[in-house]
Amino acid sequence: MFKSVREQLGKRSDMIVLVNGVETPAWDGETVASVLLRVPGAGRRSPVSGTPRLPYCQMGVCFECLAIVDGIASTQGCLVPVRPGMRIESQRGPREISR
Amino acid sequence: MDADVIVVGGAVVGAALAYGCAKQGQEVIVLDGHDQDMRAARANFGLVWVQGKGSNAPAYHQLSRQSADLWPGFLRELTETIGMQVDYSRPGGMIYCLSEAEYETREALNKRTHNYVPRNDTRMVDRRELERMMPAVGFGPEVVGASYCEADGHVNPLQLLAALQRGIVAAGGKMLFRNTVESIEPGPRGFTVKAALGTYAAPRVVVAAGLATPALTDPIGFKIPLRSERGQLLVTERLQPFLPYPGSGLRQTADGTVMIGATKEDATDRGVTVASATTLALRATRIIPALASAQLVRQWSGFRVMPPDGCPIYAESAAHPGLFAAACHSGVTLAAVHAAIVAPAMLEGRLSTDLAAFSNGRFDVQKCA
Repeated sequence: MFKSVREQLGKRSDMIVLVNGVETPAWDGETVASVLLRVPGAGRRSPVSGTPRLPYCQMGVCFECLAIVDGIASTQGCLVPVRPGMRIESQRGPREISR
Repeated sequence: MDADVIVVGGAVVGAALAYGCAKQGQEVIVLDGHDQDMRAARANFGLVWVQGKGSNAPAYHQLSRQSADLWPGFLRELTETIGMQVDYSRPGGMIYCLSEAEYETREALNKRTHNYVPRNDTRMVDRRELERMMPAVGFGPEVVGASYCEADGHVNPLQLLAALQRGIVAAGGKMLFRNTVESIEPGPRGFTVKAALGTYAAPRVVVAAGLATPALTDPIGFKIPLRSERGQLLVTERLQPFLPYPGSGLRQTADGTVMIGATKEDATDRGVTVASATTLALRATRIIPALASAQLVRQWSGFRVMPPDGCPIYAESAAHPGLFAAACHSGVTLAAVHAAIVAPAMLEGRLSTDLAAFSNGRFDVQKCA
């Protein structure tokens, strides 16, 4: 898994976000996708083939970083900067339309 | 002679007719246009639809119904031959009504149609029944009910087109792509068809070139009047299956995407507009408000092939027997009859008896003062 270049021994992260309910350190200016790359097993599953995927292009074109961010499914994680307390959940298939 | 039959146009109408001819043992050559040519088949919404079709034209309604009934067997035979999956299902279909007035208008139309159909399989369902039929759907407050027809279904039109083209080849026919036809010349023993990549001769020629048909048939005195009508469509990202019935203008595909369509416009360019996207999305979210949270991934336009009265044209030239034309709006719904009924009728000279209601001669009636 990846590690943040901002991570330094003895220095606190800028914020905590929740990834699948687990408190995860994050830094100002990084994106949801970059957090997802650091958390084991936090990728999505392709709604086409069901295979596991991780963020790839980091520039909004490949859609491999789709996640549920603060309750909104199919959010492109690489286009969304993190905010303190943000709830990020892995999207395991196609989005569900609520009743 | 290069073949028994040359079909001009290899999209869904031409391909179904060519497939039907090839299955009759005819040697068939299909001359198709360029990849970028306009094709209603590629813009299609994918309904195999009966209710409301030809509500003022009994012959068209009955042909649609006959085709919808032939569809399951037609597709089974086609896909078994070529070993290809085509997403198709026939759970019945909905036309949603967003006001009492819409509900009453639709009910009246159904009653009118019932007068000339053998089997009454269309009924109005009120909101309560609609909710029972679709427990996973939250309907908007304006939804009064729907018209439900058991004969309706839906298909992936792109897979259908690919399957038909493969079916032609499997039945011994030839598909010649990127081979746009320039002219058709009648001769003493048949027809000479000049195309981009060669010249081909056959005793029978079927023109099924969509909106390009009149440009090929009119110069030899075979008038096929058509008008173009633009429609725009939207499609969402893939969603968990929640919508078990296809609807007019709203259906969830086997892939999970939701298709939203379609507008009726006069425009002749193949562009799309924000105004039409808004109209389509508004109506869809009035029916199912939760769709507002789905991402739209694509918007496109296509052109309906419209005869003046909206009914199909299946015609043989009086001056040049053996020259046929087929043009219609509902190439997907009618694919089964095109293969099983219309193609054999052309080969056996039975168009004028079996399918007389669809001749182009119907447009020649002298205008009353």
